[in-house]
Amino acid sequence: MSIPLPQKIILYVLLIVTSLMVFLPTALAFIMSFMTNQDILAGNLPQSFTLDNYKYVFENFPMLQYLINSFVVSIVIMIGQLLLSSLAAYAFVFLEFKGRDIIFYIFIATMMIPFEASVIPNFQTIRDLGWLDTYQGLTFPFFAMAFGTFLLRQNFKMIPKELREASLIEGIGDFKFYLTVVLPVAKTSLITLGVYGFLTSWNMYLWPLLATTNDKVRTVQIGLKQMSSQEQLNQWGVLMAGSVIVVIPTLLLLFFGQKHLQKGLTDGAVK
Amino acid sequence: MQSSRSELQDVFMKQKRKTRRKNFIKGIMFLLPSIILFSLFLFYPMIKTLYLSFFLTDMAGTPTVFVGLDNYIQLYTSDIFRKSFISTFLFVLYIVPTSIIIALFLAVLANEKLKGVGLFRTMYSSTMGISVAAGSIFWMYLFNPSMGLLNEALGVIGIDSIGWLTDPDWALIAISLTTIWMNIGFTFLILLGGLQSIDQSLYENANIEGAGYFRKLFQITVPMLSPTLFFVLVVTIINAFQTFGQIDILTKGGPQYETNLIVYSIYREAFVNRQFGPASAQAVVLFVIILIMTVVQFKFAERKVHYQ
Amino acid sequence: MTEKITMNNIVKRYDKEVTVLDDIDLTINEGEFFVMVGPSGSGKSTLLRMIAGLEDITDGVMKIDDNVINHLPPKKRNLSMVFQSYALYPHMTVRDNILFGLKARKVNKEEQQKRLHETAEMIGLSDYLDRKPRQLSGGQRQRVALARAIVSQAPICLMDEPLSNLDAKLRANMRIEIRRLQRQFGLTMVYVTHDQVEAMTMGDRIMVLDSGKIQQVGRPIDLYNEPANLFVASFIGSPKMNIGTVQKDIGSKKFIIEGELAVDVPDRVIESLKDIPNITVGIRAEHITPPEEGKEIHTLEVMNVENLGNETSIAFDVGKEIWTAKWPGQWDIKVGEALPVNISHEDFAYFDSDTTQLIRSSRSALKEGDEIDAVQQK
Repeated sequence: MSIPLPQKIILYVLLIVTSLMVFLPTALAFIMSFMTNQDILAGNLPQSFTLDNYKYVFENFPMLQYLINSFVVSIVIMIGQLLLSSLAAYAFVFLEFKGRDIIFYIFIATMMIPFEASVIPNFQTIRDLGWLDTYQGLTFPFFAMAFGTFLLRQNFKMIPKELREASLIEGIGDFKFYLTVVLPVAKTSLITLGVYGFLTSWNMYLWPLLATTNDKVRTVQIGLKQMSSQEQLNQWGVLMAGSVIVVIPTLLLLFFGQKHLQKGLTDGAVK
Repeated sequence: MQSSRSELQDVFMKQKRKTRRKNFIKGIMFLLPSIILFSLFLFYPMIKTLYLSFFLTDMAGTPTVFVGLDNYIQLYTSDIFRKSFISTFLFVLYIVPTSIIIALFLAVLANEKLKGVGLFRTMYSSTMGISVAAGSIFWMYLFNPSMGLLNEALGVIGIDSIGWLTDPDWALIAISLTTIWMNIGFTFLILLGGLQSIDQSLYENANIEGAGYFRKLFQITVPMLSPTLFFVLVVTIINAFQTFGQIDILTKGGPQYETNLIVYSIYREAFVNRQFGPASAQAVVLFVIILIMTVVQFKFAERKVHYQ
Repeated sequence: MTEKITMNNIVKRYDKEVTVLDDIDLTINEGEFFVMVGPSGSGKSTLLRMIAGLEDITDGVMKIDDNVINHLPPKKRNLSMVFQSYALYPHMTVRDNILFGLKARKVNKEEQQKRLHETAEMIGLSDYLDRKPRQLSGGQRQRVALARAIVSQAPICLMDEPLSNLDAKLRANMRIEIRRLQRQFGLTMVYVTHDQVEAMTMGDRIMVLDSGKIQQVGRPIDLYNEPANLFVASFIGSPKMNIGTVQKDIGSKKFIIEGELAVDVPDRVIESLKDIPNITVGIRAEHITPPEEGKEIHTLEVMNVENLGNETSIAFDVGKEIWTAKWPGQWDIKVGEALPVNISHEDFAYFDSDTTQLIRSSRSALKEGDEIDAVQQK
């Protein structure tokens, strides 16, 4: 059914106004990152276009190191989560053994334990292992993931049982079936979970704040916090340039992965 | 013949048991990595937190003196913690309904079949890609007392500047605004997904019956969306209780402890004041709150929510 | 190389309560095309899956040749299986689908390629080897599933309703093709279907299964002519056998069927049935024939007529039953008409209404020259 014109106009006006409101803080940050400090402080509209703020960020802060750290940490967490979640989901869907259902409920129950509430002993564990300021200290605690296991389990359940049966007759073991059939067939949901995992790891704040004490493995988020607390508050252009650098990878990922993410997360949420 | 038959049955039983054991070992092998990490970084810390909450510790967090329930009694009588507690609940109350209503409104808008609606969807969901740290800095500028956009805008309509982050009356609201904005992306995306999975024939049928826009919205969309709304509600509440980054960057718990939300309070007690015992007691409180919230919500909403 | 399958007292129970299969005793001969047929829920697929090793055997002994296989994992049973849904790996090409099992069994590369090409050639898939399953039609997917079974060179092949997702025309072709492949490779074929036409046209022998119990095992034609009980009588053959309950009228030497149709019965038949209190008769549609002089003529009320061109199918009201007759050629018959037909007691099969078992078969079950007499078999 097509929408009548007056209604259409109202809808477009609403869409434009609300999307501008939602997007305004981000848009301002982008614009300010290309403005000179004088223009910003004077409250002018941009008079000129400058890359000085970005240059300043890279010259005065270990921004490149932060970026590399964040990439390493996010990718390692993402791979770890995909691996552990898919292995666990495989067991819950394709293997039959005693205690399986109880273990599944325990997995689900872990979603109720907030990481923030167990952060003190975790900090002590990492410290006692000598893992402060290491990549493993930043990544290991996040590998096991109930939500990811649950999401993949929902997805693996849609793979016909006959595929496993056919492969049983052909003499294919569980691990080989997992590797050569289940993972490729469930590619889409793995991508969804991967995007989600990368996004949340990249944006992680509390744990990297606790688990890093120097710039060696410090992530970009904590770097940004450092910038905001060290810089004079009149260096807005620099601060915004730093923020823009931080959000670009995730925004790009979101724009390309939006459809995937939306479908995958809704499936995990509702089914 | 009879004996060979029962011998065979014995062999079968043995083989059955063997297969069962093999299956069990195989299942556990697939789960082992997850089980180990959950134990190390989730179950053990939960127990350890509970344990620590009964002790005073040294600066490194090693328990020194057993104090029983003293840490909890201290919390109960502490004005600062009471304030933190109240602020946290106020904060949840401010942001959860607002986030969901705004996101639902945007999702309904963006679910219309219009040209170019994809662009709007992208813009709405964009805040999901913006980290707490970056988002906080964006809003730090907006809240800036002398040149921030919010006060400028207020100036235009003749209202005095507000000390968003420094005025005790406004700080929690400022943090709430920031958080609502950050929530929009994720909440919108999930709700839009929920809307799109509603069977279109329901609307076609309603159109044939001549139902108006709002009737369709409240009699089809909202009930059919209720499982998704429920999920979003749970996630938003749990996330709200865990708010940390924006406070660390924008207010550091101030002014006058107005924004000292519980996770920030735990952080400060443990990692600034090095009071790991009392901090653990707070963590236990946080855990219990979230546990109760989730259980209550599931019990409460289970009956009311319409599942397809 | 062929192998036979033996089952002794096979039982399948779920949760120690629901019995799905009860006391199955069966031998499937080497190289034979064996069809298991029955309505849905009869347990036929479960039995097939037990042969494959995909379901546990609750009780009883299953052997392939002389080896007990009760607890052998599927891969060690040296058999192939074709699933109703075909179970093709959706992300692999036809080639990889066919080769997947060979690779797992570590067949050497040259041999793999040789078998692949021979099989693809034979089944007509050579042009599709690089396609993915979703790029194929239903019939082509079915062929890939067949190729996968053939290429394994396993002596036993199990098929679970392999044709039920195809349209009627394709199904008829595939019936012939599967039969041809089975003969060519001398496979021991165990074929599950709910379609009695498939069973009749393909099977060397058929087993009819209902509610987890074997009803009858035998050659298709024997099941047709001499159904062991009322269930088999109504399940095998299309249209199903016409059934009616009998009142004996000893005085006039007639059996009155469904309170309506009085048929002359000779003394020796009455004598042979005298101990059975309740009798049901069955007669095939082709034995209700166009009226001929000198034969016993009855008049039945026509309820419906289907003119199929080469034959005419007529439905009659007989008491509370509906009987059908099939007459060759085209007949101009009106609905509601009282139609004279030949019905002879010699074409009746007699069943005990209480046990549903066959007591006395019709003449078509007997060889030339045999004296008509009580033939009772289990």
